[in-house]
Amino acid sequence: MDNSVTNTARLLWAGLRTLLVLTAVTGVLYPLAVTGVAQGFFNDKANGSRIRVDGRVVGSSLIGQAYNLPLEEGQETPEPDLRWFQGRPQNGLGTNSVNTRYELILSGATNRSGDNGAVDGACPKDPAQAEEATLCRWVVAARAAVVKDNSVNGHTVEEVPADAVTSSGSGLDPHISPQYAGIQVHRVAERNGLSVDQVQALVDGHTEGRVLGFVGEPRVNVLELNIALGQLVTRS
Amino acid sequence: MTSAATAAGDIGPVLAGVLQFLALAAALALAYRPLGDYMARVYSSDKHLRVERWIYKGIGANPNTQMRWPAYLRGVLAFSAVSVLFLYLLQRLQGVLPGSLGFSSIDPDQAFNTAASFVANTNWQSYYGEQAMGHVVQTGGLAVQNFLSAAVGIAVAVALVRGFARSRTGELGNFWADLVRGTVRILLPISVLAALVLVACGALQNFSGIHEVGQFSGGSQQWNGGAVASQEAIKVLGTNGGGYFNANSAHPFENPNAFSNLFEIFLILLIPFSLTRAFGRLVGSLRQGYAILATMATIWVGFTALMMWTEFAHHGPAFEVAGGAMEGKETRFGVAGSSIFAVATTLTSTGAVNSFHSSFTGLGGGITMLGMQLGEIAPGGTGSGLYGMLIMAVIAVFIAGLMVGRTPEYLGKKIGTREIKFAACYILITPALVLVFTAAALALPTPGDSMTNSGAHGFSEILYAYTSASNNNGSAFAGLNADTQWFNSTLGLAMLLGRFLPMVFVLALAGSLAEQKPVPATAGTLRTEKPLFTGLLVGVILIITGLTYFPALALGPLAEGLAS
Repeated sequence: MDNSVTNTARLLWAGLRTLLVLTAVTGVLYPLAVTGVAQGFFNDKANGSRIRVDGRVVGSSLIGQAYNLPLEEGQETPEPDLRWFQGRPQNGLGTNSVNTRYELILSGATNRSGDNGAVDGACPKDPAQAEEATLCRWVVAARAAVVKDNSVNGHTVEEVPADAVTSSGSGLDPHISPQYAGIQVHRVAERNGLSVDQVQALVDGHTEGRVLGFVGEPRVNVLELNIALGQLVTRS
Repeated sequence: MTSAATAAGDIGPVLAGVLQFLALAAALALAYRPLGDYMARVYSSDKHLRVERWIYKGIGANPNTQMRWPAYLRGVLAFSAVSVLFLYLLQRLQGVLPGSLGFSSIDPDQAFNTAASFVANTNWQSYYGEQAMGHVVQTGGLAVQNFLSAAVGIAVAVALVRGFARSRTGELGNFWADLVRGTVRILLPISVLAALVLVACGALQNFSGIHEVGQFSGGSQQWNGGAVASQEAIKVLGTNGGGYFNANSAHPFENPNAFSNLFEIFLILLIPFSLTRAFGRLVGSLRQGYAILATMATIWVGFTALMMWTEFAHHGPAFEVAGGAMEGKETRFGVAGSSIFAVATTLTSTGAVNSFHSSFTGLGGGITMLGMQLGEIAPGGTGSGLYGMLIMAVIAVFIAGLMVGRTPEYLGKKIGTREIKFAACYILITPALVLVFTAAALALPTPGDSMTNSGAHGFSEILYAYTSASNNNGSAFAGLNADTQWFNSTLGLAMLLGRFLPMVFVLALAGSLAEQKPVPATAGTLRTEKPLFTGLLVGVILIITGLTYFPALALGPLAEGLAS
């Protein structure tokens, strides 16, 4: 083995030249070529699948939003605006901690385990008895809120699907399950002065099945559903 | 979602999950022969493409020089050392580089961690992609290492295969040629196609700055654009796993729908599985390749079945209240799409996540950890999976030889004292790194402050972190706040040592094998292409891993899984 200094230097120099040449190929040419084709052929998708209503961008069909009432004075967390269909909890979203002059959406999950906040192997029935910011507390409180908010006009909600009370991996899940949309129908109908049948038809029309019958899960895009709801309300 | 009634005509989540898995397996089977044969031709052809000639001219290397193992290793190490330094400087200088969205430079400890991470094909991330890394670092630094670290992995695997295939020479090929060919002929063309498929599904691909996008209820939200699809493609294809966004493949802009999800899992497994075909071609016996493939596939199928079972059963206090283990999982993927992804990403060295392993059931989290602890060989990382599995095959042959009292041989080469020493060193390195660093982190007063969950799950967070780093996986039980000087530095070290020390022994073994003269097969030779050997190999892998990690697993995921 020849490990002399000049030999090592020669080897590192070859390594550096290789890196620079391959950086030009994989770090410059490749992304530019893909971007060129993407912008040419899939312009809408490559730029974030934005949805416009009356010419105004109202978001992306891929990014979940919050449908909340404006913050009132003294409030720290906004109340959900129950006229609209609600998406999944977003407990995992972060806030900028570096480059703080921006307020970028910061995707993320809660990373809480299934026994997080449990007492003696079970979640306390009263969420206040579970430690703050634990999964048990969030899930129990969310479940109670979903039951309360959606039990209207003598209609009681009993079965709450899991996606209604859990945060997603990205915190930006644009979808909810058809079951979660279904239990919101009575509430949304009442709050908007529509009939249950009208709103149910809206949900059915916006329910997407599994691709080819088996890929993925049945789901409802909340933003698209709320846009259609808004248009229905304006019309009637 | 098992508690909710399924719509009429729907096949239900479990059957849908099984069918998705079968579709995935069928797609991999279709690609297996053509891609495997193609890769074998890439690494055995004498011809150079025109673009490759230009590159060799730029490098100043003669691609036809044959290297013995020390020279091959020096090439790997020199190239990787330069890569770490370059990526470190790129991050440290981000604040003054144009095209960086005005993001500030990365702190030294985090820059070291990230540079080590991406060069070691680990892609552990202690930073938030969307708020920390601008276009230049993401595209010109991180994504580049996604290509090159994968190509280095394949090169080392091919060198080991040549060690088995060649005799009386000691020559293992040319590192620069293997590196360039893997990049130009294999990774780049597949990535271009894959990136375009992902864009068509809805992945971002632009170079926008930070901009406001309107919202439904008024106001706006801030997005940063980026070359996401092009990075995502090589992120999964090269079993890298470093996401453009913090949420990784759970982010809708990285993984927009259920089809892209299945496609990304396909890309993760594509090269590692197909390399066994290339291996069979290069050693002149396709059946030897099938035996390795069968071993990998057995473990993969078993792990996926276990994962689906435990995640659908959703044991755990909070999941029982919720009626399903949907915490950290996206609606469009569901439990099945998340489970298949989680197993694929931890049985390879990928570490990309489409759902958050920390919020899996106790046993589900344990399965992801065990997958990595097997050494990521079923089918493993690009290249690293094949060489890891071949090392296990050497051990299995050795154990079989001990049983019958015969000098073991594999693929016509004697497994003597020297060979078995190299193999033994290889399998000791990663467990030593995992267990020593985990013990140190728990023994010292401050590292434990980084845990989000307490008790058994908190222990799992730390064990997972070192398992992930040392095995070059990069996924996280992300409850751990790993952006501290302790974790940035020790995890960075674990990643570098866990990547390059094993390579030393792989190449030494390859050199030693290539020098031997072939031993003719006799009636007493263990038939390593038969199912019996596959069974033996699976057993050896499980027993070695079990003996190494069982005590640590008992303190973490097993304790949690049994309690609930």
